[in-house]
Amino acid sequence: MRKLIVSPAPHVHGDESTRKIMKDVLIALAPSMLVAVYFYGFSAIKLLLVGVIACMGAEFLIQKYLMRTKVTVTDLSAAVTGVLLALNLPPTAPWWVMVIGAVVAIGVAKMTFGGLGHNIFNPALVGRVFLLISFPVIMTDWTVPESWFRPGVDAVTGATPLALVKEGLAQGLTVDQIISANPDLTYGQMLFARAGGSAGEASALAIILGFIYLLARRVIRPHIPVTIILTVAVMTGIFWLIDPSQYTDPLFNILTGGVLLGSVFMATDYVTSPMTVKGMVIYGIGIGVLTVLIRYFGSYPEGVSFAILIMNSIVPLLNKYVKPARFGKEVNHA
Amino acid sequence: MGTTFIFTVVILSVLGLLLAVILFLVAKKFNVEEDPLIDVVEATMPGANCGGCGFAGCRAFAEACVKSRSLEGKFCPVGGNAVMQKVAAVMGVQVEEKVPMVAVVRCNGTCRNRVRVNEYDGSVSCRIMSSLYAGDTGCRFGCLGGGDCEKACQFGAIRINPETLLPEVDEEKCTACGACVRACPKGIIELRNKGPKSRRVYVSCMSQDKGAVARKACSAACIGCRKCEKTCPFGAITVENNLAYIDFNKCKLCRKCVAECPTGAIHAVNFPPKPAAAPAEEPKTDKQ
Amino acid sequence: MRRTFSMGGVHPHDCKISADSAIETFPLPQRMYISMSQHLGAPAKPLVQKGDKVRAGQLIGASAGFISANIHSSVSGTVAAVEPYADLAGNPVMHVIIDVEGDEWEESIDRTPDIVREITLSPAEIIKRIADCGVVGLGGASFPTHVKLSPPPGKKAECLIINGAECEPYLTSDYRLMVEHTEEVLLGARIMMRALGVTKGYIGIEDNKPEAIKKMRELTASSYSEIRVVPLRKKYPQGGEKQLIDAVTGRRVPSMGLPIDAGVVVQNVGTSFAVYEAVQKNKPLFDGVMTVTGECLDSQHNFLLRVGTPFEKILETVGGVPQKTAKIISGGPMMGKAVANLSAASVKSTSSLLLLTEKQTRRREEGECIRCGKCVQACPMGLEPYLLNKLARASRMEELEHSKVYDCIECGCCMFTCPANIPLLDYIRTAKADVMRIMRSRPKK
Repeated sequence: MRKLIVSPAPHVHGDESTRKIMKDVLIALAPSMLVAVYFYGFSAIKLLLVGVIACMGAEFLIQKYLMRTKVTVTDLSAAVTGVLLALNLPPTAPWWVMVIGAVVAIGVAKMTFGGLGHNIFNPALVGRVFLLISFPVIMTDWTVPESWFRPGVDAVTGATPLALVKEGLAQGLTVDQIISANPDLTYGQMLFARAGGSAGEASALAIILGFIYLLARRVIRPHIPVTIILTVAVMTGIFWLIDPSQYTDPLFNILTGGVLLGSVFMATDYVTSPMTVKGMVIYGIGIGVLTVLIRYFGSYPEGVSFAILIMNSIVPLLNKYVKPARFGKEVNHA
Repeated sequence: MGTTFIFTVVILSVLGLLLAVILFLVAKKFNVEEDPLIDVVEATMPGANCGGCGFAGCRAFAEACVKSRSLEGKFCPVGGNAVMQKVAAVMGVQVEEKVPMVAVVRCNGTCRNRVRVNEYDGSVSCRIMSSLYAGDTGCRFGCLGGGDCEKACQFGAIRINPETLLPEVDEEKCTACGACVRACPKGIIELRNKGPKSRRVYVSCMSQDKGAVARKACSAACIGCRKCEKTCPFGAITVENNLAYIDFNKCKLCRKCVAECPTGAIHAVNFPPKPAAAPAEEPKTDKQ
Repeated sequence: MRRTFSMGGVHPHDCKISADSAIETFPLPQRMYISMSQHLGAPAKPLVQKGDKVRAGQLIGASAGFISANIHSSVSGTVAAVEPYADLAGNPVMHVIIDVEGDEWEESIDRTPDIVREITLSPAEIIKRIADCGVVGLGGASFPTHVKLSPPPGKKAECLIINGAECEPYLTSDYRLMVEHTEEVLLGARIMMRALGVTKGYIGIEDNKPEAIKKMRELTASSYSEIRVVPLRKKYPQGGEKQLIDAVTGRRVPSMGLPIDAGVVVQNVGTSFAVYEAVQKNKPLFDGVMTVTGECLDSQHNFLLRVGTPFEKILETVGGVPQKTAKIISGGPMMGKAVANLSAASVKSTSSLLLLTEKQTRRREEGECIRCGKCVQACPMGLEPYLLNKLARASRMEELEHSKVYDCIECGCCMFTCPANIPLLDYIRTAKADVMRIMRSRPKK
């Protein structure tokens, strides 16, 4: 007989693993990736490939030659960062911008803190915000590139709905006038698919499909996305009721920009989100409020990335002070 | 422009003054009277805060010394006699010299001497392992190899040798603070007299099993045969619970027992390679 | 939706592959090793010496203290030795070693198979009989049953819950008892309710045991109407006392409290059967049902086994240890103990021998914590295992106490669910012991 193994209980382990979770996230991102490829064709494929390869490559090189620790690229967390970053860039972004973004995301936002599990800010968002500040022209060039899947459509200059509204309001137009001037700003288009904006913003439905998949696989809990969306709805609803000519309605705000992509895939990033349900709710409300404030009163048309990054920074505090409900009342055992 | 400048200067000056007053009042109110001697004593301490003296840290030790106005029963194992002399000097009291000590690992159950009978697959920690079971060898007294001593040592003086899976003490670095002794759940580490020229004789085994059982589990075990006890001319060796122990205060380092031990459980360290009569030298008291 | 406990929990695979194996009587081995430490509390004092003749059911170890229990011989024969003998962890424990001769029982024991339904003893007599017969909790902790049935002054039990959850994977001994000895288990419950002076009784059974629920329901409907069968939605650790009370009654035992603080006494199915045998048949606790199972074994068994049978003998009987076996566990895979010493013998509360293969049980490589919070979600006590682990590794005792490490029930849910394979419970368990020691050593206000 062979030597027996001895170890403390428990003696069995569940099926969960970091790699499996990341794989599930990638699967949940598949619909959004497909939509991106459909609308933006080769540009989207190029961005996704460069993103994944650059992120995984950066992680590999840093772990192997700089940190000299175990290489953990096989856990696929870098691949998730790459895909998210690609989905957050304008489809026309050149490949080298993607590489810079990847190096900043993995190198600065993740590895300087000690790698997976230690970073404070969501790497993909740090990458995106870095690019947005460094290359403002490239990052807001919403030209819709040609796609094989939509032959006959010439390259058009798209703009994100939020940018259209913001510009229109700045010119003194009312919301109604802006929307009637842009016939593709319908809810149906925004829900199913609309060319214009970053790849990840193209289809709300694709993201909702991913959300349902993540929920079904118990990868994430619904609290964060739901509270963000509800908060955005309530906040924008209040503004809309006050003055519908200057503020868009809640549904418009939820379906446009990065609210869905951000709340489902970025705000729920395990490492940078709170551990407890109560913490998640506070975090979600914070993101929702900040998003609306930045959209309405900031200089950028979109605020989800900044909102999530700001709330990321208070997650350690939330984990420290917001405790889960304990089992059983505390009794005075003196 | 002029008024802005003046306003800035005035506001900042008033603010500065106000804060200074507040700070002064707070410092006055919350001032804690402390014997300044404590600071002086603390400054002479090594500052390792290892707890080897039995107090929470160097500051606590200094406090205890100053408050009791005596050094009786107090000793800083890290600083040794030199530091204690200095402490005594600043406090104006007398202190007795202590013999330098060193941590000694009393197990020789190397991978070759001691066969592994099962495989441990839990967290690498002696504490966890020993609370779970007797160990992965046939000997339940011996070293578990989890390295709790290594983790406890602040001076990098004790290391698990990956070949033997036993801890080894670096005598130069060891300060005899006793952290490893407290960390070892099997109690195999002992603080022993450092000995002249660091020469020591000790039983490198803790097994209290009967001879046959101990021998089966480990080829280097003390089997309690009492040969050493009979050989020792100074009565320094006693055998209790099938285990020999050498009293380092009585041992004259003649090494007769070493030759007598059938399992090689008695170790003599730092002697010159050729066996010679142990030189009667003065104990080396100061290594600093 | 069926009820279950309200927070945390995990869903390990069921693996009840021995569920359909009926209880078989295990043949008597030649030599028995009866431990004097089969219960929580002080070891029993041996009453026999080498050379003494003993009979099955004879008292050989006397309870030594308030929380302690009597030990009886499980066989007839001659005492070969009274000496320390290694337990399953390899640590020496006082044992009475008996060479088996024949199978003579004490005459006072009723060996007929008839079910005795009429309860003649008074509550005080019942508790005394249970103490005399050395009955201990067979759910794992081996707490002496008579102590549990005598609530401390000022505390009053309102109901009794029989624990038929058997939430650990693989284990089927309680299930077989509920199916094959349904009425005895219910009678045991009735006896304990009488001893406690309560009129409400529940038996909580997880819904992966429909046969047991059906049989229990039939009997409670006809003649044991004071006991309610409560089917529970399968979730681990349903069999934990606090979780079971929550699932069955919705009450929550306070932090640091005992079930009695919620007015409840919980007893295991096996204990209930042992109580029936002690009170109605005058039979001390010296045997019990034990599951011997594992995918690598050719056959699955539920044995009626005498206390003190060496594990080696049991494994020999089922055809030896298969080459594939990597770990042998006494108890379930979530909370059982790994066996380091196969010559160790069974004790009263040994509920199973489980053989696992390398692939099933080898710990996977530990990764970095990804702060997914799955451990927090899985903890049935509402603790933060990731934090406790971190604090425990740094020996930060005050923060550990503040984070309520003492409420940990060591169920292993956190470690089971951790995607980074972090051995959370290893460090939490030792830290909990340290913190509890510190708290106990503190002077009471």
